[in-house]
Amino acid sequence: MPDRSADAGSRDGGRLDARGVAHRREILRIVEKSGRGHVGSAMSVMEIVRVLYDDILRVDPKRPDWPDRDRFIFSKGHGCLALYVVLAEKGFFPKEELNRVCHFGAMLGGHPESGKIPGVETSTGALGHGLSIGVGCALAARVDRKTYRTFVLIGDGESNEGSVWEAALSAGQHRLSSLTVIVDYNRMQSYGPSRDIQDLEPLADKWRSFNFAVREADGHNPCGLRAALQSVPFDGSKPSVLICHTVKGKGIPAMENNAEWHHKAKIGPEDLAPFYQILKERG
Amino acid sequence: MRKACLQSVYELAKADERVIFIGSDTTKQGLERFAADFPNRFFMEGIYEAHVIGMAAGMALCGKIPYINTIATFLTRRCYEQVLIDVCLHNLPVRLLGSGGGTVYAPLGPTHLATEDIAIFRAIPNMTIVAPCDAEEMKRVMTASLTWPGPMYVRIAKGGDKVVSSDRHPFAVGRAVPLREGAEVLLVTTGVTAQVALDAAVALESDGIDAGVLHLHTVKPFDADAVLSRARDAHVVLALEEHTVIGGLGSAVAEALMECGVSRNARFARLGFPDVFTDELGSQAEIMGKYGLKSESVVGRVKRMLKD
Repeated sequence: MPDRSADAGSRDGGRLDARGVAHRREILRIVEKSGRGHVGSAMSVMEIVRVLYDDILRVDPKRPDWPDRDRFIFSKGHGCLALYVVLAEKGFFPKEELNRVCHFGAMLGGHPESGKIPGVETSTGALGHGLSIGVGCALAARVDRKTYRTFVLIGDGESNEGSVWEAALSAGQHRLSSLTVIVDYNRMQSYGPSRDIQDLEPLADKWRSFNFAVREADGHNPCGLRAALQSVPFDGSKPSVLICHTVKGKGIPAMENNAEWHHKAKIGPEDLAPFYQILKERG
Repeated sequence: MRKACLQSVYELAKADERVIFIGSDTTKQGLERFAADFPNRFFMEGIYEAHVIGMAAGMALCGKIPYINTIATFLTRRCYEQVLIDVCLHNLPVRLLGSGGGTVYAPLGPTHLATEDIAIFRAIPNMTIVAPCDAEEMKRVMTASLTWPGPMYVRIAKGGDKVVSSDRHPFAVGRAVPLREGAEVLLVTTGVTAQVALDAAVALESDGIDAGVLHLHTVKPFDADAVLSRARDAHVVLALEEHTVIGGLGSAVAEALMECGVSRNARFARLGFPDVFTDELGSQAEIMGKYGLKSESVVGRVKRMLKD
């Protein structure tokens, strides 16, 4: 049975560690200079991305094109500020790039672009594309008898797209055990709560019925995420899915579960000042 | 023509292990050998074109050269965003082999007619669009496809079309082929309108009118030099396509003529389908005939334009 106990921990405001706070401060710094961004989405996936690059992905910042690297498809491209923070931290590109996100001629934009950003496998932003690409990567690995693995991060809102389920059908059919889907299940979409727009429940059962091995975790608990992701594949004959229970805007109460912070433009320093203060108190 | 196309994919797979075949629940016909000889590179997937395109992009990102085959309508419309983003934005060597391009599936009705495929793909950066006129040209296209660096859409015609191409002219993607030289009238074609234009040119010759046929097996990249160099001295330029007149070959020719001022000297028309759903059923020849894509109509049109 899936472990749902961790879920409760995140939903009642489980605390972030110092690094989690620092990462959120970094996200605020980025949007202070860009004036816009999918802030809530980035804070939702922050720990997932951090754990992947800390402990799971076999990648080399000095050789981002290393042929045998694990593939990480950041399918919910709008959450990219979290990805940028971690890629910069790991040395894929200079941290100075974080100072000019979305500026004319910059490397980093409102959605991640491959070819421009070292370490980004595919350009994403339109939802529902990444899982099919991930299936292709996993199949190519199988054809070539390579051992690299493929991880695809998708959103719950993104899971409204039919193409996600087309890809899920295919991954199940091919028994792609080298493929792991990570769902950022924060239950908030752009307009409001998912249950009011397109309820995904019972989500775990849906994935199970598509022949995935399913586990659930607290998406803001690095230890739990690490343990779950280190144990993929969950079943040697199936693709894996880790449903991560997360909070949109996690870490800043005014943003948490607040659809207004899904994406925000015209963000000024005065908007952010109180958030810095909150993070200071938490850090 | 599909047979020649798939046979070529088999030969390419034999020569290069990066070649992958992906179908979307197509007919088995023509695929038996590939499936038997290269089972680990043969993927007969379900009826989900959007997924298939993304999957092929993923494979191409990992060094493969995927050839995807299904019905042209579904390969172009259903998955447009996947073609645009996953394949073309990433500029990947994915080949889209669209069966039944144009009005091949006339009896099946408007859901199965691919008469805007060229227009919608022309609008995508990095896309290459090829419409061979016969099976022999298809083989040359497919041979060249292996080393073509970016995405490619190949529009497959009905099959059994009269062979009018030859290897007399060196073949290259993006380079127009002069099927017939003639100074007074220039007929510009793609796909199986080459045969229509050649028949019309013969008929015009018997009436003392000198008509050339320039065949653009590749609509994009567009060989503007070849068109303009011949259009400059022609009295009539006519573009023929089994496609809507909006956004396809005729539009590309018009754009080139206008931008170079050639249109001041020559009368120009686009011959294709008007802005309607062509839902007559019947046969490809009947639909093409109704809209003037038959040699007699072309002859009449040219004569009228010469008189005007």
